[in-house]
Amino acid sequence: MADELLEKIPEFRKDTDVKPQDEGFIDWTALTHVPTARNRREFLIIVGVAVVVVTTIEILIRAFQVPNYVLPAPSGIFNALVNNFETLLPHIGVTLQELVGGYLIGATIGILLAGVVTQAPLVEKIITPYIILLVTTPMLALVPLLVLRLGFGLEPRIVAVALAVGPMVMINSATGFRRTDLAKIALARSYGANTLQIFYKIRFPIALPMIIVGLMVGGIFGLLTAVGAEMVGGGVGLGSRLVYYSSLARMEAFFATILIIATIGITMYVIFFLIGKKWASWEA
Amino acid sequence: MAAEAQTTPTTAAASARPSTRLVIDKATKIYQTATGPLLALDSFSAEIGEGEFVCVVGPSGCGKTTLLWALSGLHPLTSGAITLDGTPVKGPRPEIGMVFQEANLLPWRNLMKNILFPFEIKRLDAAPYRTRIQHLLETVGLAGFENKFPRELSGGMQQRASLVRCLSFDPSVMLMDEPFGALDAFTRDEMNLLLLKLWSEQRKTIVFVTHSIVEALFMADRILVMTPRPGRLAREVVVNLPRPRTLEMQSSPYFVETAREIKELIHASVKK
Repeated sequence: MADELLEKIPEFRKDTDVKPQDEGFIDWTALTHVPTARNRREFLIIVGVAVVVVTTIEILIRAFQVPNYVLPAPSGIFNALVNNFETLLPHIGVTLQELVGGYLIGATIGILLAGVVTQAPLVEKIITPYIILLVTTPMLALVPLLVLRLGFGLEPRIVAVALAVGPMVMINSATGFRRTDLAKIALARSYGANTLQIFYKIRFPIALPMIIVGLMVGGIFGLLTAVGAEMVGGGVGLGSRLVYYSSLARMEAFFATILIIATIGITMYVIFFLIGKKWASWEA
Repeated sequence: MAAEAQTTPTTAAASARPSTRLVIDKATKIYQTATGPLLALDSFSAEIGEGEFVCVVGPSGCGKTTLLWALSGLHPLTSGAITLDGTPVKGPRPEIGMVFQEANLLPWRNLMKNILFPFEIKRLDAAPYRTRIQHLLETVGLAGFENKFPRELSGGMQQRASLVRCLSFDPSVMLMDEPFGALDAFTRDEMNLLLLKLWSEQRKTIVFVTHSIVEALFMADRILVMTPRPGRLAREVVVNLPRPRTLEMQSSPYFVETAREIKELIHASVKK
């Protein structure tokens, strides 16, 4: 890595500027580039439409007397959420524990692996097929095996979440670290920068937008895996509640649980969206 | 030294050159490419004196940038030697500041943080340089833009910012690699005048690479004309124009005639 500058013919034009030279085969950047309300008027219109949609559903369900087990009314779901919140609270805690635990392990390993592996092209080529295998295989499929090995506690689920998050973070971060810009490295080098300085002053900032995308997508996959593992493993967690309520045909409570899961997902999304806005907005 | 200057068509007693700073001795660079070795620079020799403004002019791909990168210590030579103030250049030197093609600002940093970037890398306290930087910003007309990000600045403003970044830590040698090549003609004239103003104020030793003969003639004390690849020194031209230079000089008979001579020289070597 330190010597990559040394023997390259210095021909720099616009096309070598910091741009995604290849985005890899999984491009999730669209997620960080959603349009947001520009002013109060737009905001009111967006909220207004949402209110109308929910109200219309409520009215239609009541008017046609749709049975509860087919689709509960929004008001019923809201009531169920309020009434069952206390019972659901420990399950929320369990799901969050699995999610945060698995996420921290997976994301840390993913970023570190991406940073190291992209320095050695051959190592990257060797390792990539396995990463693709991990990205494309649903980690849920491994849960029964993990339960067999690790028991019925939270451990198998944390491992499953980490296995889902890690490769996703890694593959996106690697795309970021692969975006080199020789002119900017040459700039730092001309001031006498060492390899470490070039890494954290040039390479890391260039990679950051893609790392944030990876962290966001990883979070979404992590939540999916956590809930899925709970549905398979049973016992505690929001996923297990979904199975429980649907088996009793308590559809209002079932949808209330989904609402909680959705809120966790949206919260993660918003956090990374804001992080991206703050730290990666230069890449517009 | 005076004997060397005899080769120029416009000989004019190369006014006793001040003390030599950079010596380029038979600089040769071969790149290993996928299609085999590529001779980019072929025993190029020259000397550059203290406070001199030297332009290197030649067609694209003639090894101008290679020469500049060798001078800066970014690239090692295949053979030959470069010395700065008597010591061989083996890597980046603190007395050298570089200005790159395009402005090469870091898009994730605002203007001020871009200007302070050299200090961060060099682990140098910027406090004693604050008034210097402020003065530079005012000179180039960027005072008040410290918090803007590069994408909020025009191409000319970005390149002015990169001049400030280069001069911020007060290097004594400036190596400039076609810095204004991407700008439109008017902005380019403006930047040339600005650079001459900064140079007359600060008397840096400047090696300025360009493919524009007009730009080279307008600014340089001396022009090193290069042949197409492999880059060799075709001729050295001493520019006999008074200072301060003005845009009107570009239409003087001397200017037009010398520009034509250099152009023919390059064309002649292309045919060979």
